[in-house]
Amino acid sequence: MADSEVKLSVADAAGLTEVGLEQWLHMYEQMARIRAFEEQVNQLYLSAKMPGLAHLYIGQEAVAVGVCEALTRNDYITSTHRGHGHCIAKGASTDRMFAELLGRAAGYCRGKGGSMHIADQETGNLGANAIVGGSAGIATGAAFTSKRLGEGRVAVCFFGEGALGQGLLYEVMNMASLWKLPVLYVCENNLYNEYTRYEETTAGTLGGRAQAFNMHAERVNGQDIRQVYTAANRLVGRARGGNGPAFLQCDTYRFMGHHVGDIDRTYYRTKDEERTWREERDPLPLLKTWLLGQGQADQSMIDQIEREIRDEIAAAVQFALDAPYPDAHEVTQHVYA
Amino acid sequence: MPELVQEVAPRELTMAQAINEALAEEMRRDPSVFIIGEDVAEAGTPFKVLKGLVEEFGPERVIDSPISEAGITGLGVGAAMTGLRPVVDLMFGDFVTLAMDQMVNQAAKIHYMSGGKLKAPMVIRTTLGATRRSAAQHSQSLHAWFSHVPGLKVALPATPYDAKGLLKTAIRDDNPVVFFEDKLMYQKKGPVPAEEYTLPFGVADVKREGSDITLVATSSMVYVALEAAELLARDGLSAEVVDLRTTFPLDKETLIESAKKTGRALVIDEGYERYGVTAELASVIAEGAFYHLDAPVKRMGAMDVPIPFSPVLEDLTVATSAGVAAAAKALCGRA
Ligand SMILES: Cc1ncc(C[n+]2csc(CCOP(=O)(O)OP(=O)(O)O)c2C)c(N)n1
Ligand SMILES: [Mg+2]
Repeated sequence: MADSEVKLSVADAAGLTEVGLEQWLHMYEQMARIRAFEEQVNQLYLSAKMPGLAHLYIGQEAVAVGVCEALTRNDYITSTHRGHGHCIAKGASTDRMFAELLGRAAGYCRGKGGSMHIADQETGNLGANAIVGGSAGIATGAAFTSKRLGEGRVAVCFFGEGALGQGLLYEVMNMASLWKLPVLYVCENNLYNEYTRYEETTAGTLGGRAQAFNMHAERVNGQDIRQVYTAANRLVGRARGGNGPAFLQCDTYRFMGHHVGDIDRTYYRTKDEERTWREERDPLPLLKTWLLGQGQADQSMIDQIEREIRDEIAAAVQFALDAPYPDAHEVTQHVYA
Repeated sequence: MPELVQEVAPRELTMAQAINEALAEEMRRDPSVFIIGEDVAEAGTPFKVLKGLVEEFGPERVIDSPISEAGITGLGVGAAMTGLRPVVDLMFGDFVTLAMDQMVNQAAKIHYMSGGKLKAPMVIRTTLGATRRSAAQHSQSLHAWFSHVPGLKVALPATPYDAKGLLKTAIRDDNPVVFFEDKLMYQKKGPVPAEEYTLPFGVADVKREGSDITLVATSSMVYVALEAAELLARDGLSAEVVDLRTTFPLDKETLIESAKKTGRALVIDEGYERYGVTAELASVIAEGAFYHLDAPVKRMGAMDVPIPFSPVLEDLTVATSAGVAAAAKALCGRA
């Protein structure tokens, strides 16, 4: 993974000092919230309390949080089948998310969407998507609206490297570049398309695809939220300023299975590889160690965040477990607007 | 002492094993057959249907593809037109939307448009069926779309025996065949003889004989119909269950003859009800058996809504055996 060890540019390293302690702690808190949420989702699956499956974001937290920290509540995101992290990072609350995952009426989509389809207009989340690459058009269209109406909003399209197989992505990247749309394509390369290593499905470089459209492309270590945030902040600012779209490749890793049921993984990746990423490239300890080492934060601040998150998640899941299911008549509601 | 007759239990396979065996046999028989799709090799698909095939046939014939449904289907069409026999794997039936142009405008039409000079002998294997709590983009049954398009054939087996025989026929067919498998049926077991056999397209199978009403069903709904027939028997009604096995070619004769015999027909399919397979079947029966019918033909498809995630809502969208039995009783004047 030597090639993922991208160092901070001099400008970005200088930019780090402009981010105050409060903001770093907020990023830590958001990552911890996603981690705790996902661990709870796994428990719900293992205890047979959750219908269906879910794709956990554990290991990739720095990407969603680092990017969304550079956005305002008004900006848009589109997300993927592995979407809980994006949703939380954009500001959704965990109780209504759990309720959605359990198919309850209190869920963000009244239980109709489930894990792979959470959308939340209030926080600018135009929806997770169960079709790989399926949201590329939506994000680009949102950027088109923003430009057309002069709203100054930026749209972020999150997708896994597997989506690079989809033609739609190239059609809309071409238009975004032609028309200088305020959209950021965030490619989360976690090395696998389900159970197949990405090198077996992907020719050439990832960023080279953007460059072919004359689109600005960058690559960061997606486990280091400092890198993700500083790059995203710059690219979002650039897009907002009318300088067009960009492509941000974040090198990362999912610590768990492709979905909660993917437990025996040795036929497609080694335990050693998993251990290395977990032990050496976990985004939470990476940020914590840096903050403590800098003398910016002390352990009690971290402990307090973790305690509060634990309590929040426990209450949120209980809220969802106690929430009623939708009424039968809702099945035919919302087919048409 | 009476002679001991050795009872040999028939061989039982799951639907997944039967499909796997059909592919393996055809790949052994014909080196031009190959499989392409996402996670088809070592993973053997998320449903583990293709397990072991890459070990036997190697990665040149069991090909893990990028996540490019349009691309693999289009490549399949071209390979089929030039001498190979591709079996393209589209993991979820919902993803056919991404491959639609290649299936509908390319594969389906090339033979006709070329005045019979070119052909596209290929199979597109995909899935159907809801109630897996997979929500709106992983649960649809879209086989009606392909049944609508001239140039395509559509098979949708309900048993391991039918799956094996029909898939072998599909691979040998000189036309593009869309082959739908019910995700919930992969682990269902049934007898499959060890000897080689194929099943013809366009021949429906009477899965249960009866005299009061005909239940016509496809794929997942065959079991619903069979269970409903059991319920009806308890009420003294004798239901005949006809499994179509292919929506095109369509065995009109069996449908019509059965409806003439029983005088009543109810058609059940897991696709959306409106403009769906049930509409076509009901009209075939109404036209062919009109003067023998004692009741209007009734149809039951999936509710006309995107499939909801919440189990309490999802379960309302698909026909159940109790619902089918109640509708059948009403048709028989026993409501
Ligand atoms: C169009 C389409 N094809 C196939 C699938 C099945 N599928 C779901 S996730 C996945 C792999 C996606 O890999 P990637 O984009 O890298 O995202 P990751 O799972 O690694 O986050 C596949 C093939 C799908 N959902 N949509
Ligand atoms: Mg991936």
